[in-house]
Amino acid sequence: MDRAGIPIYLVRWAGAQVLTALGRIGGMAILLSVTARWVYKAIFTPKARFDVEGLTVQMVRVGVKSVGVVALVQIFIGVILALQMTPPLEPFGQEGMVSNIIGVAGFRMLGPIITAVVLSGFAGASIAAELGTMVVSEEIEAMEAIALNPIRYLVVPRILATFVMTILLTIVADWMIAVGGWVTSRLVLGPESYVGYWVRMREQLRYRDFVTGLIQAGVFGILISLIACHEGLKVTGGAEGVGRATTKTVVYSIVAIVIAACICTMIFYAFEL
Amino acid sequence: MVETQEQPVRTATPVISVVDLVKRFDSKTVLDGVTLDVFPGETMVIMGGSGCGKSTLLRHMIGSMQPNEGSVRLFGEDLVVLSEDQLNAVRKRFGILFQSGALFNSMTVGENVALPLNEHTDLDEATIDIMVRIKLELVGLREAVDLMPAEISGGMKKRAGLARAIALDPEILFYDEPSAGLDPVTSAEIDQLIMDLTGKLGVTSVVVTHEMDSAFRIADRMGMLDKGRMLKIAPRAEFEAIRDGEATGDEMTDLIRQFLRGDSEGPITDRRRETGYEEDILEMAGGP
Ligand SMILES: Nc1ncnc2c1ncn2[C@@H]1O[C@H](COP(=O)(O)OP(=O)(O)OP(=O)(O)O)[C@@H](O)[C@H]1O
Ligand SMILES: [Mg+2]
Repeated sequence: MDRAGIPIYLVRWAGAQVLTALGRIGGMAILLSVTARWVYKAIFTPKARFDVEGLTVQMVRVGVKSVGVVALVQIFIGVILALQMTPPLEPFGQEGMVSNIIGVAGFRMLGPIITAVVLSGFAGASIAAELGTMVVSEEIEAMEAIALNPIRYLVVPRILATFVMTILLTIVADWMIAVGGWVTSRLVLGPESYVGYWVRMREQLRYRDFVTGLIQAGVFGILISLIACHEGLKVTGGAEGVGRATTKTVVYSIVAIVIAACICTMIFYAFEL
Repeated sequence: MVETQEQPVRTATPVISVVDLVKRFDSKTVLDGVTLDVFPGETMVIMGGSGCGKSTLLRHMIGSMQPNEGSVRLFGEDLVVLSEDQLNAVRKRFGILFQSGALFNSMTVGENVALPLNEHTDLDEATIDIMVRIKLELVGLREAVDLMPAEISGGMKKRAGLARAIALDPEILFYDEPSAGLDPVTSAEIDQLIMDLTGKLGVTSVVVTHEMDSAFRIADRMGMLDKGRMLKIAPRAEFEAIRDGEATGDEMTDLIRQFLRGDSEGPITDRRRETGYEEDILEMAGGP
């Protein structure tokens, strides 16, 4: 390649990357809007009833099965926070403030984000693999051929279930972080930390800390399931394609979660929430 | 032209009418102006080599793919312009058996067959249960009603897929390679099933296959697809005559003859040789 060629090559490559990313986002936007239409129809028109059973199955699959892992991971996050935040506070004689810090960091950010990351590996990957396998075995086509809309029957329950379960799991996660911090204070740190731990956390936290965390959790839930469904449904090329779709789902989900968290935080900051 | 006694009476309007269908993937033309009429009650067999576009043609006939050019009409309705709801109304009037059976793997065989009935009829559960058993009996699978798809063989999957396809008593049945990958006896059983369904339910059938024994058993008329073009559509007897006759020297007829007989010498294999394989090799070896 000649010298002038390298920048052109780079520009071309970057352009192609941007175009694929835009195409992907466009595809997901369409999927989301169709899903929203079905949810609207299911709520407001009597004819297109909700598939309650299907929704329950998905909620169990997304939520109940991952609650253990989420709880475990979050307890450790609480432990880490307590151990890392105490030393900087000591010179000021403010070890007790560790509970305030754990409260804000846990409820506002780490609760929702870590939960979402765990779920993208748990639920996201399994949704992508499941839908991808259905594409490969012609099940999706068969569904269309018997006049059943795959978005309505497959995508809607998965997105709703992931949305709800991410929020519920985040509530669990928030408390697990707090508990992890408290246990560490009790066992490792001194009475300055654990005496009045819960009172200080309660004083520090306002409803908005809790609610903004849950709003983020909801956004993450939609992102994870949307990416998983989108990648799963556009699988081509057999079993190998299914493997690629699951990997992509996890990677894109984590990137999307972090970007969305940043955007949400900026918005909350701007509105002083 | 060969004399044919069994040519169906062609006074009715076609139930399926494909006109000048063109389908491209990127720049590759997979269907190149296919025209085909299928009349009520007949069994139309579409033959052709691997990758010639048979499944693609079928996907257009069931409205799951949009053509680049041309039109597909089912029951007189142009699938290309129908809305999703209208298309679904048409879909309830036909059934399709996919190449792999395409059962829903998360449901039992019985639930698979019951699904269209549950979703598209107002029948109560007891009635649906009876209908499921009737359909499964029809394909000889009554005892498999509670098994999962993973627990049954390939042949049974196809039969279960067929039971699901006929759940709503369709007027048209599409089959994609119904006997591919099956042993000769099971394959003959499926053929018998196809003929029974045509006879008992009076359905119109479109069968895509490259199994010649099966094709000649079930066909009323046959079409030969080659590289995305429909070479010839004719009654079965005419194809039988080509198969049993001598090579004519006419390129197209001989190509069909080679395909029907499964000969290793003929226009199809000649054509492959013309692709310059020898020159490529020689060139790689440093020129002739
Ligand atoms: N979705 C698609 N995207 C790109 N190319 C496709 C797609 N579907 C089919 N093709 C190409 O179209 C051609 C015809 O495929 P098709 O599945 O219709 O063949 P077929 O006649 O059914 O073959 P077989 O007998 O092996 O089932 C193939 O070359 C295939 O690679
Ligand atoms: Mg095929």
